[in-house]
Amino acid sequence: MYAYDEIDRTLVNERVSEFRDQVKRRLSGELTEDEFKILRLQNGVYLQLHAYMFRVAIPYGTLATNQLRALAHVARKYDRGYGHFTTRQNIQFNWIKLAELPDALEDLAKVGIHAMQTSGNNMRNVTSDQWAGVAPGEIEDPRIWSELIRQHTTLHPEFSFLPRKFKIAITASDHDRAAIRIHDIGLRLIKNEKGETGFEVLVGGGLGRTPFIAKTIKHFVHGRDILSYIEAILRVYNQYGRRDNIYKARIKILVHELGIEKFSREVEEEWQHIRNSSLQIDDEVIEDIRSRFTYPLYEKLPHMPDELRQAAADPDFEAWRKNSVAPHKVQGYSIVTISLKPTGGPPGDATAEQMDALADLADKYSFGEIRVGHEQNLTLPHVAKRDLPALWKALDKLGLATPNVNLISDIIACPGLDYCSLANARSIPIAQELTRRFANHELANLIGRLHINISGCINACGHHHVGHIGILGVEKNGEEVYQITIGGRADENAALGTLIGPGVKFDEVADVVEDIVEAYLALRERPEELFMDTVKRLGVEPFKERVYATR
Amino acid sequence: MPLVKGGKITDDSFAKLAVDTPLPESGDLLVPAERFLGEADALLKRSGKVGVIWPNNRDISELVPYLGKIVAVALVFPTFRDGRAYSQARLLRERYDYRAELRATGQVLRDQFVFMLRAGFDAFEVKKQADAEAFMQTAKRYSVFYQPTGDGRITALHRRMQLRHSEGVGT
Repeated sequence: MYAYDEIDRTLVNERVSEFRDQVKRRLSGELTEDEFKILRLQNGVYLQLHAYMFRVAIPYGTLATNQLRALAHVARKYDRGYGHFTTRQNIQFNWIKLAELPDALEDLAKVGIHAMQTSGNNMRNVTSDQWAGVAPGEIEDPRIWSELIRQHTTLHPEFSFLPRKFKIAITASDHDRAAIRIHDIGLRLIKNEKGETGFEVLVGGGLGRTPFIAKTIKHFVHGRDILSYIEAILRVYNQYGRRDNIYKARIKILVHELGIEKFSREVEEEWQHIRNSSLQIDDEVIEDIRSRFTYPLYEKLPHMPDELRQAAADPDFEAWRKNSVAPHKVQGYSIVTISLKPTGGPPGDATAEQMDALADLADKYSFGEIRVGHEQNLTLPHVAKRDLPALWKALDKLGLATPNVNLISDIIACPGLDYCSLANARSIPIAQELTRRFANHELANLIGRLHINISGCINACGHHHVGHIGILGVEKNGEEVYQITIGGRADENAALGTLIGPGVKFDEVADVVEDIVEAYLALRERPEELFMDTVKRLGVEPFKERVYATR
Repeated sequence: MPLVKGGKITDDSFAKLAVDTPLPESGDLLVPAERFLGEADALLKRSGKVGVIWPNNRDISELVPYLGKIVAVALVFPTFRDGRAYSQARLLRERYDYRAELRATGQVLRDQFVFMLRAGFDAFEVKKQADAEAFMQTAKRYSVFYQPTGDGRITALHRRMQLRHSEGVGT
């Protein structure tokens, strides 16, 4: 865990007081809605279909239990008793009153949580791997660097009014759980031949109307230079990014229009001016940040405790363990993923009661720490293997032990037309229907790893382009129509999915997904061949035939 | 539009010269970039002081040869959403070592003052009278700054280092 000190707390409090003043000026009419809009967005407040929506940052996805309890408190006191975890390591509340927002922010500030830059045309919440610090084989804990960048990008005096929003993600593992290739800047922590820590820097990824996979702009930037390098990229973007057309304003368009070579020359030239400035990071500064991350005092535990051996006889426990429990870098411990995708439920939602109960479980079984991942699930990062059976039972009672992590019903979905003013189509009911269709765990296990992503509009908050099966809702002649892509992925081999044919109606989506899955089961060479591998081997044609032959 | 300079509302000694009006013989002038670059010699020979209004989509390095001869640069925020002038301001102050007046013009509201001060602005043509009056109060809103810029304020990272070192000193 990272501990905010008095300096960080002061800034958060100053921000709350500023926003209180801004809300007051809006309510008195001193600020027009146009003037207020960008100020509220910079504090995570959207005006949605039915009410204000409030988006709270969970930097690099790490939460302490008192912070999770504070989120539960906000859900209960200011909202309708639940929150929605998003693909950006944020939580959203959908029914908040503008006049109460400063109080909600003040309550969150007490535990070091804020909503700074969770929206607006500035540098957004820095995201990272939800297994950071515990994943076996990672270079080092990427959160140390995430925190450095979080600080640097918070209320940045040059880059708070960029052409568009700007997202940075960091990974330190070979397996990319942070989806760095679909971010404006993706950072992959690596060591060079001298053993020094640095980054491969990728730029210009993003989804939405014009999706791009990020390109490598530099193979190695030393850790001490990372802030100046990011600053150089941003300065080029701030000056030359398009502002004439909101749809062409993201850095991916600038990179595409200039070409990565020309863009990287611009950045390099800018960087040479500033790399030896006060932006250069002393080892001492990094050590200071590192020292404020505390790690559990792990016990020396057996690899296979008796409790786990005995519980293995219970098929329900085993079904859960198989896909929710991952290896930990410390022997005797596990990383546990908690599915927020119950059968028939909206993906990513948690009630205040669940959040409070999870905080208790994290105190009991995970050294008081919880993580949030972009898949809209939660993680307990340090669970002793001997505690797994007891934890499972407790989670099951809370409705949080659905054994579907990484399976077909572990769906990523945006809020869609039910909440969002941008959406053209519903997402949640599609997700709910699919979780019901694939509720049978044996069938889901037979299918194996398969990610479905659903977006209710072209803005792609549900990351449909990178779903193994992607579903995009659009509006056509007053009707919701869904376009289906297959073969996308958001990991280290990130790729955009391919459209399989004309859009289908709302009522047909679940049938179409079933058809695709049936086609896959019939086409795969052996049970170990995953959906993605079959698509790679055969392309979209056989799936297209199966889906459209009878429609 | 009230002008805030040195933290106080002050009279503006500069008149803005339009693109096509004849050059007045005396008086302080703020001149649009295009006209300034075209008539620099004539402008600088006059008795009054000269400043330049520089648009936010023009490379600021074009102005560098004149920085020692002009007394003000006015950068433009066509809307408060357009942040290009922040980069221009930092380049002028930090890269080109420009020390005379750096003025924010256009849609300048109180909620940008801190960002602008940190980027190097020291004069503000403020859109609303109430915002101009609230300048000092708003400018002092924050006491913690995470990024090093040319404004010389100590960053959070370095304040922590100082605290850490001072704790290590003494008995």
